[in-house]
Amino acid sequence: MYRYDDLDQAIVDQRVAEFRDQTRRFLAGKLSEDEFRSLRLRNGLYIQRHAPMLRIAIPYGLLSTRQLRKLGDIARRYDRSFGHFTTRTNLQLNWPKLEQAPDILAELATVQMHSIQTSGNCIRNVTADHMSGIARDEVDDPRPYCEIIRQWSTFHPEFSYLPRKFKFAVTGSPADRAASEVHDIGLHLKRDAHGRIGFKVFVGGGLGRTPIIAQCIREYVALPDILSYCESILRVYNRYGRRDNIHKARIKILVKALGIDPFRAEVEADWAASRATSTKLDPADVERVRAFFKPPAYEALSDIDAAGGREVEFQAWYRYNTREHKVAGYRAAYVCLKKHGENPGDITSDQMDAVAELADRYSFGMVRVTHNQNLLLADVRQQDLYTVWQRLKGLGLAMPNIGTLTDMIACPGLDLCSLANAGTYGVVKQIQQQFDDLDYLYDLGDIEIKMSGCMNACGHHHVGHIGILGVDKHGEEWYQITLGGSANGFTALGEVIGPSVRQNDVAPTIERIVETYREIREDGERFIDTVRRVGIKPFKESAYASHPAAA
Amino acid sequence: MRHILRRHEYVADDWRYFPQEGGGAGGAAASDSDALIVPLADFKADRASWLSRTGPLGVRIAPADKAEDLADDLPRLSLIAVTFPSFSDGRGFSQAEILRTRLGFKGRLRAVGAVKQDLIFYMARCGIDEFELAAGEDVEEASRALQRFTVAYQPGDPAVKLTRQRFFA
Repeated sequence: MYRYDDLDQAIVDQRVAEFRDQTRRFLAGKLSEDEFRSLRLRNGLYIQRHAPMLRIAIPYGLLSTRQLRKLGDIARRYDRSFGHFTTRTNLQLNWPKLEQAPDILAELATVQMHSIQTSGNCIRNVTADHMSGIARDEVDDPRPYCEIIRQWSTFHPEFSYLPRKFKFAVTGSPADRAASEVHDIGLHLKRDAHGRIGFKVFVGGGLGRTPIIAQCIREYVALPDILSYCESILRVYNRYGRRDNIHKARIKILVKALGIDPFRAEVEADWAASRATSTKLDPADVERVRAFFKPPAYEALSDIDAAGGREVEFQAWYRYNTREHKVAGYRAAYVCLKKHGENPGDITSDQMDAVAELADRYSFGMVRVTHNQNLLLADVRQQDLYTVWQRLKGLGLAMPNIGTLTDMIACPGLDLCSLANAGTYGVVKQIQQQFDDLDYLYDLGDIEIKMSGCMNACGHHHVGHIGILGVDKHGEEWYQITLGGSANGFTALGEVIGPSVRQNDVAPTIERIVETYREIREDGERFIDTVRRVGIKPFKESAYASHPAAA
Repeated sequence: MRHILRRHEYVADDWRYFPQEGGGAGGAAASDSDALIVPLADFKADRASWLSRTGPLGVRIAPADKAEDLADDLPRLSLIAVTFPSFSDGRGFSQAEILRTRLGFKGRLRAVGAVKQDLIFYMARCGIDEFELAAGEDVEEASRALQRFTVAYQPGDPAVKLTRQRFFA
């Protein structure tokens, strides 16, 4: 894992001092609400429905156990002893006090963490594949490049006041577990004919009010040039992106309005003019960062049949909640934050401490946050899996439902968020109750449900196999359902099946949809493949079959 | 009398804005030797006569203007004023970067508009070296903001002294 040097530490320390001063000036009436909003947001501090919310950056989802313990400690001392992991792999505290935010940031700085650029119209936390470095299918480990992007994008003098937020994702694998094609810039690691590492660059993707899939702007940019090339994309965006309408200000709208070819021509012209004087990536810097991501000290082991002869419950956990590892004798194990009855992504301080202890003992002291709102112990010896499972089970973190329908993504929705139009947690509970039979879940197989409480799409509903979007209809909470979205390797936006449904009808409607799938699926066919094969029509018919048509 | 924060010095502004503070094409109303800042549109409309003045000439650009349009005239310009219409409009940062780094402009680069202490460090790193502070800004605090950070990751104007920097051009 990357460790701060003097420069990194000075940046976060000086940032704490700056934010403390900004907060002081605001509380003293020297900064207007509007000005402080712009300043506090770019430090992850929102004012929500009931309280402020602080979003803490977890760059590319990687945490040391020391950091995880500190998060638990902060949640205990400054909040209500729990936190919420998001689809950008950040952690949100929902009840901190505004005047204590500088103290929280100072605590974070002691473990090389911060809240820098977790909101605001700037470059946000960069995300990566949670299987980085352990997946068999990857070209290269994306994390060193993510760390370089984190540093380069921190307080960038030219690109800190963009028209709108700007998100990067980097993937080293064709399976694209980072959903890179729904990002403002998606980088796919690839090698040229000489084996030199570089990136295929995608631009203009994003969800929100106007979901758009990114397009390829350049087949290959060599590693030393990647920062200057991204600067040219950002410069074209900063100059020509719309600032008159917040809903049309993302780069995706600019790329769409110009067309990818004219947009590319602008970027290439800027790059030709600026490349010589722009930021170069020195190979020595790359090597310095890469050295932090060397594989841990794996033992020479052989694969074993870890589940054989064990109880059925462990076998189910092994099958659903662990993943293949590129090193023999190891597997990656999920820490499931989707237990029925709990809110997706929520974790208590005590659980954070306990997971840290497990990771110290069984996974080289590291924990990963996935964009699906779970945690991952990436490097567990297969012989330790049974013990790890017993411990996780005791903590309520071993529900064997990863990849199934109840491994849902959900934003906090109307319960906490001031942007939301509808609640999500109530619907989550209904779905958990409706689908509380594991055998039924297993029969349904891989199904991704993603739910957002408003069109800002923090819950990525457009790319859920089943997407649920909360909408407000004359003061009532209704839910629009989409089918056929996906973001992993084959990116597609879901199609709306028809009128939105009432809160109490969401779970029954989903049951009718998946029952239709059970009736018409071919042997071994996943839900998403059936939807792609037959389209939404049969599902649309069954979805509205047994209740009065909604408004 | 308007004052300007020029680096760390707060000095009386020796420039006048055309047209609201006098002057005219060829310097009709103001003295021909006065230092005058002209909006880009006016400059373009009568380029030859503006350039024939004897006094120092500056041009003020708006956020939507292309800094590159001034490329040929940079050696004749002593000052370019970059406009920041609000706290959130960051187009001026790219204009400053293009003028300083790409086009090598050596004259004064002035920030006007929403010039607030929380933006000054970014402005200075993009090459802006004088600041027409927004109303109500505290001069001492604004001056200190020029050194708010002692380190940075990206390349920037070397006039902002850093103890460490990570990436270079």
